[in-house]
Amino acid sequence: MTDLRLRIGAGAGFADDRIEPAVAMAEAGAVDYLVFECLAERTVAREVQARHADPDAGFNPHLRARMQAVLPAAARNGVRIVSNMGAANPVAAARATVAVAAELGLPHLRAAAVTGDDVTDAVRARPDLVLMESGDPVESLLPDMVSANAYLGADAVLAGLETGAEVVLTGRVADPSLFLAPAMHHFGWGADDLDRIAAGTVMGHLLECAAQLTGGCFADPTRPEKQVPGMDDIGNPIALIGKDGALELTKLPGTGGRLDRRTATEQLLYEVHDPARYITPDCTLDMTGIDLVETGHDRVQVTGARADGPPEQLKVLVAYAEGFIGEGQVGYAGIGAVERAKLAAQVVQDRLRRRGFTYDEMRVDLIGCTSLHGAASGTSEPYEVRLRIAARCRDRAAAAAVGFEVRAMHVNGPTGGGGGSVASVRNVMAVQSVMVPRDLIRLGVEVFGGGQA
Amino acid sequence: MTRVHDLAHARAGDKGNTSNIVVVAYDAAGWEQLRRDLTAERVAATFAAIGAGPVTRYELPRLAALNFVIENALGGGVSRSLSIDPHGKSLSALMLTIDLPDTE
Repeated sequence: MTDLRLRIGAGAGFADDRIEPAVAMAEAGAVDYLVFECLAERTVAREVQARHADPDAGFNPHLRARMQAVLPAAARNGVRIVSNMGAANPVAAARATVAVAAELGLPHLRAAAVTGDDVTDAVRARPDLVLMESGDPVESLLPDMVSANAYLGADAVLAGLETGAEVVLTGRVADPSLFLAPAMHHFGWGADDLDRIAAGTVMGHLLECAAQLTGGCFADPTRPEKQVPGMDDIGNPIALIGKDGALELTKLPGTGGRLDRRTATEQLLYEVHDPARYITPDCTLDMTGIDLVETGHDRVQVTGARADGPPEQLKVLVAYAEGFIGEGQVGYAGIGAVERAKLAAQVVQDRLRRRGFTYDEMRVDLIGCTSLHGAASGTSEPYEVRLRIAARCRDRAAAAAVGFEVRAMHVNGPTGGGGGSVASVRNVMAVQSVMVPRDLIRLGVEVFGGGQA
Repeated sequence: MTRVHDLAHARAGDKGNTSNIVVVAYDAAGWEQLRRDLTAERVAATFAAIGAGPVTRYELPRLAALNFVIENALGGGVSRSLSIDPHGKSLSALMLTIDLPDTE
C-alpha cells in the first residue's frame, strides 16, 4: 500500500542547532520537506544590527554551513526546505543560498525570500500602540527601538511555496506556521478548514524545537523512565500527516533518542500558557482534547486537536536597546569558601559605589549554591563556589567596571580567590510586544536563482 | 516524604518574563496525588524563593499532566535578565523538588 502522507522533518529547533540530523533525513530521502526553525525572540534584533553594519548580512550566521551540508542530498531526493533563517534579511539569505547552491553544482536551484514581517516604520508611525507587558504606549520605547517584527502566519510561507522555489526563506513567522504551510500547500487546505489547520498547527508546535520531541531536554539518569539511548546522535522528529489531518510522529530509524508519549507530552505543553487557547496567526488551538497514543517503536499518533479562528490582529515584537550588562566571576574553594565569596562580593560592590557607578539592577550569584534556584536551594555548604556578579546599566563604563572589579579579587580581595573571568560587557536587547491590524503587513515574495544571472 | 520527582517528570518553557512548567505523571496513582496536592498555592510557595508569582494551574487529565504558568519568574525576560539561566530551563528541576504531603 502506498503511503500518501506528507513527510515533514524538523531540520533545526534553534539558531545554533546541530546540523547532522537534517543531513541524515535528506540523505535517506525520508522527508518531503525539511523545516528549520532558527529565530528566538531577540534574534531578529541582533540581525538587524548586523544588517546595519553590512547590508548583505542580517540572516542566520549558520545558513551557509547548513545549506552546504543539506542541499546536495535535498536536491537529489526532491526535499524542499522552509526556514526563518532569513531573520532580518530574507533577500540576502536567499541570494546566499543560491550562491552556495551554484558552488555545489546546483545552478538551477531557486530560493524564495518572503518579506513583510518588518513593521518598524509602521510602528514608529503609531506611537499610540500599547505595550502588552508594561501597558505603556510604544512611544516611550521609540527612541531606543531597534526593530519591530510581526509574527506572520502560514499564508506568508504559502506565498513562498507557491512560487515553486525549492527553498523558502522568511524572517519572523510564527514557529508552527512554518510547518503548517507545507501541508496546506501540498493538500490544498483552506485557511478556514479549521480541523486541518488544527492538525497542522499542533504538528508544527510539536516539531518546532526539533530534538526536544525526540529525547532532547529529557534525560534524567536517576529515573528508569527517563533514560535516553544514543544521545550522541539524537534523530530529529518527522511528522507524517494525511490529507484529512491524521497525524503521526516518528524519527529516522537507527538514530538515537526516543519518541513516545512521555517526550511528546513534555513538548506538547512547552511554552504553552492556557492549553485551551494557544494562539497563532492561523488559529486559536485547543489542546485539551488531544490524545497521544504510541502506535509503534518511536511512533506516536496525535488526535483530538481542535481550533477556533485566528486572532484579528498580529503580535509584533518590539526590540529596543536597554543599555549594557557587565559581568565577572571568580572562584573560591576549601574551608570558608562561601564566606570568602560573600566578602569578595561586598568588596566589589563597595568599590563600584566608591567609584561613583550606579546600576539599574545588580545580581550576586554564588554558583554552586544559589545561582539557579535562589533561596530555595537550602543551606548546605559546598566545598567550592564561584562568585558571579552581573549588573545592568545605561553607562558602558559602569558595566565594564563590574567585571574589572571582580577580576581584581585575584590580588586585591579575600585569600585564595582564583580563576577570575575576563571582564565581559554586552548590549542589552530587550523586547516587548504590541498587537497590530493585519492590513499593516505588506507581504512580498522574491525568487532568486533558477540558472539566470 | 514524597517529592514531585518521585511521581512525575517536568519541562520548563519561557515566554517573556513568564515560565511555564509542565508536570507529567508517570502513572495513574501519581496523577491522582499530583492533581490533589500539587496546587498552585504549593507551587507558588516554592517559587516565591526566586521572587516569582502569581501561579496559574491548568489540568490536562487526558495527558495526566498539569501545566503551571509562573509569572515574573525570568528576571524581567530572557533578553534583559541578569540570571545565569535567563530561559529558566533549570526551573523544571525546582518543581521536582517540591515535597507533597504523605497519603494514608
